[in-house]
Parts: sequence; C-alpha cells; structure tokens
Amino acid sequence: MRVVLQVTCVNDAMFPDTGKAVVRLLRRLGVEVDFPRAQTCCGQPMVNTGYLDEAVPVVRTFVDAFAGYDAIVTPSGSCAGSARHQHSIVAERSGDPALVAAVAETGPRTHELSEFLVDVLGVTDVGAYFPHRVTYHPTCHSLRMLGVGDRPRRLLEAVRGVELVDLPHASECCGFGGTFALKNADTSIAMGADKARHVRDTGAEVLVAGDNSCLMHVGGMLSRQRAGVRVMHLAEVLAATEDDEGMDA
Amino acid sequence: MSGTFVGMPAFPTAAREALGDTQLRRNLAHATRVIRDKRAQVVAEVEDWEELRLAGAAVKEVALRDLATHLETLEASLTRAGATVHWARDAEEACAIVASVTKAHGVDEVVKVKSMATAEIGLNEALEAEGIAAWETDLAELIVQLGDDLPSHILVPAIHRNRAEIREIFLRRMGDVGRPAPADLTDEPAILAAAARTHLREKFLRAKVAVSGANFAVAETGTLVVVESEGNGRMCLTLPEVLVSVVGIEKVVATWADLDPLLRLLPRSSTGERMNPYTSTWSGVTPGDGPQEVHVVLLDNGRTRALADDVGRQALRCIRCSACLNVCPVYERVGGHAYGSVYPGPIGAILNPLLHGVADEQTASLPYASSLCGACFDVCPVRIDIPSVLVDQRAAVVDQHRGDRLPKPEALAMKAAAWAFSDARRLAWAERASGLAGRVIGRFSRTSLPGGRAAAGRLPGPAAGWTGARDLPAPPEESFRAWWDRTDGGRR
Amino acid sequence: MSARDEILRRVRSALDGVSPVVEVPPAPRAPDRGDLADLFAERVADYRAVVTRCAADEVERVVRDVLGSARAVVPPGLGLDVPGALIDDGLTAAELDDLDAVVTRAAVGIAETGTIVLDHADDQGRRAITLVPDLHVCIVDASQVVADVPDAIALLDPARPLTWISGPSATSDIELDRVEGVHGPRTLHVVLVG
Ligand code: SF4
Repeated sequence: MRVVLQVTCVNDAMFPDTGKAVVRLLRRLGVEVDFPRAQTCCGQPMVNTGYLDEAVPVVRTFVDAFAGYDAIVTPSGSCAGSARHQHSIVAERSGDPALVAAVAETGPRTHELSEFLVDVLGVTDVGAYFPHRVTYHPTCHSLRMLGVGDRPRRLLEAVRGVELVDLPHASECCGFGGTFALKNADTSIAMGADKARHVRDTGAEVLVAGDNSCLMHVGGMLSRQRAGVRVMHLAEVLAATEDDEGMDA
Repeated sequence: MSGTFVGMPAFPTAAREALGDTQLRRNLAHATRVIRDKRAQVVAEVEDWEELRLAGAAVKEVALRDLATHLETLEASLTRAGATVHWARDAEEACAIVASVTKAHGVDEVVKVKSMATAEIGLNEALEAEGIAAWETDLAELIVQLGDDLPSHILVPAIHRNRAEIREIFLRRMGDVGRPAPADLTDEPAILAAAARTHLREKFLRAKVAVSGANFAVAETGTLVVVESEGNGRMCLTLPEVLVSVVGIEKVVATWADLDPLLRLLPRSSTGERMNPYTSTWSGVTPGDGPQEVHVVLLDNGRTRALADDVGRQALRCIRCSACLNVCPVYERVGGHAYGSVYPGPIGAILNPLLHGVADEQTASLPYASSLCGACFDVCPVRIDIPSVLVDQRAAVVDQHRGDRLPKPEALAMKAAAWAFSDARRLAWAERASGLAGRVIGRFSRTSLPGGRAAAGRLPGPAAGWTGARDLPAPPEESFRAWWDRTDGGRR
Repeated sequence: MSARDEILRRVRSALDGVSPVVEVPPAPRAPDRGDLADLFAERVADYRAVVTRCAADEVERVVRDVLGSARAVVPPGLGLDVPGALIDDGLTAAELDDLDAVVTRAAVGIAETGTIVLDHADDQGRRAITLVPDLHVCIVDASQVVADVPDAIALLDPARPLTWISGPSATSDIELDRVEGVHGPRTLHVVLVG
C-alpha cells in the first residue's frame, strides 16, 4: 500500500511538529509515508469564502500531487472533508471533465488520521504514553462532515497514562470557521470564549483536537487568558512515548 | 404597528451590537438550550428518525420538482371546494389582495394567526396604511406587536424577551389597543398567558375577517394545514365569517398521504413535542361550519428565483420548524434581529439571498454569518444541506463582485493565496518568508504560548481581527517541507 | 400577463431541464409498542390531559361526574344522555363563550402521539363548539385508537375539516416555559372506553 501524507498548508507553514508526529507515529506502526513535494493546500480557504474560480488551480495541484497513491492521510478533519465533499463542487465549476474524474479518484482515498488508524490500519492502541490530564474537542468537520464518530476517543482512551476528561458541550463549534474568524470576529470570539470556558471547567492540562486551525483559535484564547492549558494535535499525543522528554513529543 | 427590518446594517455590525446586550445573551442562551434539549429527547424516541427525514425531504422534493403541475392541481381542487384562489407575484400584490377582501366586507380590523409568509410581505404595515388594524393573536407575536418590536425567531418570535420585559409591555400597551392587562399582573408565565387570553378573546368573538398562512397545502385535495399550540389558530380559522390564507407556493405537497412524514417531523423538530396541541386542516368551505368565504393567496415573492437555483432549490423544502436556529452557535449568541429579516438563523442566511439576490450589502453579508459547523444540517427534518448552500451563496456574492473596477482587499488576498497554492515552489518561498517573520517575533515578542512556543500578542492592522482576543503562535523557523528535505523525512 | 400565468411561467422556466423524478423512500413505521389503548392513555396523559378509562356502560356516569355543575353543550349526534346539556343548533360564538364545557366523541385516536382527531361529524359537532368552552370532554372508543400518524391519515377524509388535538392548548412563548391553557379549552378530559 502506497501511503502519502497530506500535511496541509496550515501544518506545513505553522505546525510542522504535527506533520512530524504523523510520520513518526505511522513509522512506529510499520507504515512508511511518502511526502509528495508538489502538494500545497486543499483549497478550502478559497472555497469556504466563495472564491470557487480561485480554488480551481489549487484543487488541480492537489489531485496532481496525490494521483496514483492508495491512501492519502491528513491530520485535519477539515481538509479531509474538503477533499471528500468540496473538490467535486470546484471541479464541476471548472467545467473540466478530467478534473471531475481526478477528484472522484482522490476524494474517497483521503482519510483523516483517526479514520486511517482505526479503519485502514485497524488499530486503536498505537502504543502511546502520555501521562497528562487531557480533554478532547471533536472539531465540527471531523464530527459532522466526515462522521469520524468516537474513533479519536477510542485512540485516546488506549493511550497509557492519559487521564481523559469529558468536555462539556463538546460537539458545539469553537467559532473558528476559517475566514469566519476574521469576517465575523466578534461572534467568533464569543463562541471561542464559551469553548475556552468549557475547557477550563474540565481542569485539563491539555486540549486535544484533530485540527490545528481550531486549536490555534481556542488555544490562542486560552493563552491570552493565561489559563494554563496548552493545546496539542491528536497526532502529537498519539506519537508520544515513554522515550519522550516531558510533553514535547 | 411593529418595526421593520428596512435599513438594518450588515450582519457583522448588527452582531457586534447584539453580542454586547447581556440580557439578550442570557435570554437566548437559556431559551435555545431548553428547546434544543426537548427536541433531542423526542427525536431520540423515534428509532427510524433518519429514514423519516429522508421521506420528509423526498415528499417536499417531489412537489418542488413538478411545482407548476401541483399548483394547477391545487388551484383546481381549492376552487372545487368553494375557495377563491388568488395569485401574487410579490409582497405588494399579496397585501393588496388581502386589503381588498377585507375592505369588501366593510371592516377595519382582522385577526391573524402567526404566519411567516404574512410577516415576510409586511402585511400588517400594508393593512395599517389602508386603515385596517391587524391583530396578532399568537402570544409571542402579540408581545412583539405590543412592544413595537421585531420578531427574532421563527417559532418563538419573542424569544429575546424574558418574563419581566413581557409583563412590562403588557401593562404599558394592552390598554391602548383593547382590554387592558390587570393592574396586579405578575411575571408568572401562566398569569401572563391568561392576560393574553382575556385581552384577545373579545377580538376573536367580534372579528369578521381572519388572516392565516398555512404550513402545508395539499394539491390533490385542496387542503390547507395549520399547525399550532395555543388555539388562537383555531379561533381565527373557525369563528370569523371570512378567511384569507397567504400561502407561499413552496408549501404545496402532492398528496394527502404526503402529510404523514411531515406531520411527524415538524412537531418533534419544532417545539420538541410528539405532536403539537392543535393541527387544523380544511378544504375550502364547509357549509354550516367555520368561515363561509374562503380565500387563498398563492405567493411567489422570490420563490421562483430560489427554485431556479440548482443548489439552493432545496431551501424551499423548509418547513419552518426552527430547529436549525436553536442549534446554531451563531444564532444562540447574536439572536434573530442581526439577520435583518423575518427569517433569521441558518435558514435565513440562505433563504434571504435566494429569495432576493445578493446585490445589497446586508443580504450579501448573510451567507458569511456561519462558521459552517454543520449543526443545522444535522437537525434539519427535511435534510437541507445548509452549509453547502451557504458556500454556494458565498460564491454568488463573490461572483457578483467579479466585475468590480476596484477589487476588495479580500479578493486580492484570495487571488494571491491561490497563486501561491498553485505551485509548491511558490508556497515554499512564502514559508521561508514567514519563517523569517517567525524568527523576528521569537526574538522580540514577550508573549509565549503555554508550553513555551513564541507568539504574537496584539498586532495592529489586518492582524488585529485575530490578535485582539487570541495570541497567535509565531511561525516556525522551519516549515514541514523544509524539515522533510533536510532530514529525508526524519530518516537522517 | 396575469399574475397566475406569470408565476406558472416563472416556475416552468426555473425548472427547465430539472427531472421531476424523485425516489420517495417509504416513511418508516414505529415499532410495535404493545397495547394501543394503554399507550394512548399514557401519551394523552403525558401532555397533561386528564384520562379516565371506563366500560361502555359507565360512560354516562363518568361524563356526568366530570361535568359536575358545568353548563355543557353537546353536538346533535352525540348519542349519549347528558342531563342539562344544550344541544348545539348553531349557537353564536358569544353564546358558546357563556358555556363551561362541551362533550363530544372523536373520529380517531393516535396512540404514539396521544392525539385525538375530530372530523366534526354529527357526534362531534361544528368546530366552534369544541373550541370556545373551557372544558372539552372527549369520548374515545378503544377500537378507534390507531398506532401512529400514517394510520390516522389513511382513515381520515380530507374533504372534512379536521382538528387534531394533543393535550390542552399550550404555549411556550415565555422563556420556553410550557403553560397549559391559552385560547383553546384549558382542560381536555379524555374518556377512553373499553
Ligand atoms: S431549514 Fe430545516 S431546520 Fe431550519 S427551519 Fe427549515 S426545516 Fe427547520
């Protein structure tokens, strides 16, 4: 099976540790991932803001970079959702039948990390060790667009040393929403403030999620509040082992 | 009588103001939470809820896709049953029809059942201009009307008001328009409801003309359906001599049997009940029982515009249950007024642009009034994929501005991003630049995230929208792709 | 062009090229929940209507007890002796407003939702009589109870006016706090026979 990493533009530029964690985690599970250098972004920032024409060359870059692989793994529910549910819209808009055919190939082969681990590799215990009090926020696109269900939870529960606490009102949106966070900053912040409050109420030390964009938003608020909660991508928790020093997986 | 939404600012501005209203925030948080939980409970009772949703969506879709045929059938069966059918291209025509029917009977007042269509066309204001008083009889509508206020929810138009505010409105205003509220009125909901009962009863008993909407209109039988709770609907549909119903053309279903999934879906989604207290159905005139003169106004007012939209057409399936409002995290915080329409919340954010287009700034701001979290789609009883329609309407807004001589900064930014994202070498170059910026921030910033990573605190300019309330992690010095190249994917 | 023709033209042009064929999956049926009369009684009571169960020969006595001294109106075809009751012969709304109660039968009962449906036949009377008085006593025979909404729809005649009643009138318009009793009868008393 030829597996590739779609690291996502946000992780590539802002959160490389998440990409590294995915590589380390999969390698530990016996899967060597490739990283096609031609990849950039899934196009979601343009699509969700309404710039469909602008998204066409970006989606084309995506399908070109990932053509021919068996599985595309991405540490982002949102980007997986974009590939599976939005690329077809962009391709239709382009009027290019070749692009329509290409996205029909790559879309279904794109897996969010927890889906890949549980469904494709068939593992829930990935051999991680993470001795911290953790709460998990199921991001909207993982939860509702992809329907990852309790997969991330099952993965986290199998981590040794972890103390997993329920996040109240977990399924409610954190308020990030891509350009929503800028175009409707006040509403976004009001939503984020409530999410941050629920996180603080858990007494968790680490907030975990499967999307760094959402974590950047909630984490940025928690940081500003000096709440004493850090945020980590699910991949980084799952990659952590006894050999890691402290929490810096 | 009541206010209008004309001249409302665009959503972000209206939202900012609403977010600062602490009383509103509390009222809304409480009310949406209560109704959300009630819905979840009764929906969980239905084992095959998902199949029921599919059936509900399908019967509406059947009617919409062959709408002309069903409308003609409806017209014929209504006429056969003794009703007079009128057609109205827009709000103005519809209001004029209602006014002329009312005037033909020489009366200067009508009683009204809560109806979204009549709110949409501004019927009360139009009748007022003709010297006809339109009395709202639904408790929440009465609160809105007496308070010179605007509705902020489809089902519970006064959701933004709490009991103390309602008591004050009743005491201050009821006497001006009819029987005053008792002087010892308390803010107990039961006492307030009793005051409304007494106030409205004299209006019901003397009214000659009633105006309603309809939740459904069955083409094959000419049956209109009104779903309600308080009995004010039954009063209006039964006691007056003349009944005028304003019905959006999308309310049609093909057959009597098609009502089944909808009558099961609506109450559970809407009020969170297995069945609402009262549902009335009638087909034209029944000799000796109820109004002996029955009019039905079939209303377009933008619906054919929405019907022509391949993605947006599904919005016409909406049965106005308001479940999408109640679960919407944006609605919960800003309330209904910020949407500037009688249709607020997620459905309003798609329906208003579909009905009227996105040429004006206020309507164009609505498709963006969502974080695309998808909670609305999950609860919608007729499976309207609201997030997809939102994205499609955003595209309509963008397309509207493609010819602008002076492109918006956002358009330039998106074009630049698309350029960078269309070629990995350009992206790598941009990442090197951001890495440099990260180094600068790391050097000078005194902010760091929990865990130690350097961050930017408050920044000026375009970044202020983000950093006003959130620390921003400094970009790493090395991007993932640079790391991969340097270490051969961690193998070196 | 008339508004009618114009709207129909717009509809047709909006749907130009759109296939009218839609696959309609059958609406699912609720699972068997055991004895329908029991479920009906339980669900009616859930919405704070009062339910009394009795045998056929007890109906007269039960109705008399429920009414007490209330002045009642009955439809012409009730088929039950209610002492002192007025038989409706087209009373005005104001006259009805002076009465306390109404006694009727029903067309159908729906167990799943605790609903009674009136089709306003002679044993139920005009719509107004079950609306204006404050107490509605409704006699339902256990044999009239069906399982769920689709069964009721199949039995009912859309040409007749229908009133579906689930509990007394109610509102949740004030802080989503449910209050029973607004404009319709504030008390619904269902007498379930058999
Ligand atoms: S869009 Fe769906 S959930 Fe929202 S009001 Fe309409 S039917 Fe209800």
